[in-house]
Amino acid sequence: MTILVIAEHDNATLKRATLNAVTAAGAAGGDVHVLVAGHGASTVVEQAANVAGVAEVLVADAPEYAHGLPENLAALVVSLARAYTHVIAASTAVGKNFMPRVAALLDSAQISDVVAFKAPDVFVRPIYAGNALATVQSSDAIKVITIRPTAFDAAATGATTAPSRAVASAPAFDKARFVGQELTKSSRPELAAANIVVSGGRGMQNGDNFKLLDALADKLGAAVGASRAAVDAGFVPNDYQVGQTGKIVAPQLYIAVGISGAIQHLAGMKDSKVIVAINKDAEAPIFQVADYGLTADLFEAVPAMTAALD
Amino acid sequence: MKILVAVKRVIDYNVKPRVKSDGSGVDLVNVKMAMNPFDEIAVEEAVRLKEAGVATEVVVVSAGTAQSQEVLRTALAMGADRAVLVESDADLQPLAVAKLLAAVAARENPQLVLLGKQAIDNDAGQTGQKLAALLGWPQATFAFKTEVDGQQLLVTREIDGGLERVALDLPAVVTTDLRLNSPRYVTLPNIMKAKKKPLETLSPEALGVDVAPRLKVLEVTEPPARKGGVMVPDIAALIEKLRNEAKVI
Repeated sequence: MTILVIAEHDNATLKRATLNAVTAAGAAGGDVHVLVAGHGASTVVEQAANVAGVAEVLVADAPEYAHGLPENLAALVVSLARAYTHVIAASTAVGKNFMPRVAALLDSAQISDVVAFKAPDVFVRPIYAGNALATVQSSDAIKVITIRPTAFDAAATGATTAPSRAVASAPAFDKARFVGQELTKSSRPELAAANIVVSGGRGMQNGDNFKLLDALADKLGAAVGASRAAVDAGFVPNDYQVGQTGKIVAPQLYIAVGISGAIQHLAGMKDSKVIVAINKDAEAPIFQVADYGLTADLFEAVPAMTAALD
Repeated sequence: MKILVAVKRVIDYNVKPRVKSDGSGVDLVNVKMAMNPFDEIAVEEAVRLKEAGVATEVVVVSAGTAQSQEVLRTALAMGADRAVLVESDADLQPLAVAKLLAAVAARENPQLVLLGKQAIDNDAGQTGQKLAALLGWPQATFAFKTEVDGQQLLVTREIDGGLERVALDLPAVVTTDLRLNSPRYVTLPNIMKAKKKPLETLSPEALGVDVAPRLKVLEVTEPPARKGGVMVPDIAALIEKLRNEAKVI
């Protein structure tokens, strides 16, 4: 049994989610190979070779792999997949984009967002935004899997060096072209990957008051999120939204401020390790999932908390 | 330009899903159902492209039981021109749905297929990408903005940490994310008009597609419940707990 993990990177740095995917592959059992498809990504190849548990690094270097276009990446993975029992990638924006294409070309079902391996062909995955867990069995010869990064520890790095070998490119697809990208320049971590998230709800009253959360988030090195109610009320943009129709987060610490705890919001954050709720309504449903609840006026409590963290 | 939009009937996003006590799945009996929210955004985008004079016809398609007619009628009330239902009582998994949609696309010859990035029931997030692969078409997932530019489509996509722009030759498949648009509410006159719009029913057999499930669901369980927490009297007590008990700050 040999497993192929597809590395995620920007041609300079291996993304942390790949380390979670390597751990997941180890949990499935068998040798783990990592594919680095990129252009001029030799430092990524070195980093991948240093990940504990990796037996071999496959390297595909061509201009069409520079931006991870799913059409080209999927064709390459399919050209390599026959030698493997499992193909695994992290369930990130990149993994979600190309992996179903791989699965379709292999005429294989894909198992998305796996959180546990019960056997080489039996997997656990959340459905209904985490309101239920499904245990599924795949009968496909090559299992195509995306894993939820927060469900697996990151593999260690640095102690070993795996050999690498070049692999041939697949025919390039010319009907899709990369135009450009704009990455948010923020000193704060990204919502889906942050260790701490501070979110505000309708109780924030207006968008300006989110500055209170920004100040607290800066003290904690946290990302700022919001409930759908706050987004619908126009306080903050939609990309802040945590919930069933927004982002699903599972940080170490989630601080819900002025959020009542609608089902659709809980679905997006209830896998967080520690949940804190600050709300003036003692009956708010958010307190039922919170590890620590504080009944207080957020306009006093949040600045007090920010000040107390000095 | 003809646009095909795929929609799915799912549990309403405001309803809390209940796991059946026998572990066979989620209880959908007497539960409020609705169009998958991301598919609603796809319908809205197609209708806007028609209103802007870019699209000439919007055909909406769903695969599922006869009740899926409800969401097709909703899409027609939003402004789609006609509907196709691929009716089946089988457990339709994403690969089967992608094959059904590919067969419908072969009949309809759309220049663009729009669908939601994922359905909020099984959360697989696969159908659009699989459809694009089966058709050999380019794809743009998680669309934030679409612009038609002659024979190419410029799509701004949501990626981790920002936005990416890609240019696709048509025909193409696009899956929609939340920020693409805010779907309109359907009005009563439009609901009445939608009843008169054509709705064609097909079967997987007629399309020559084997829809047998590839994944066997062994068990569906409730996630581990969070144990009840404690109330703290003030911020000082909260910070003390977070530092010394939870050790998260």
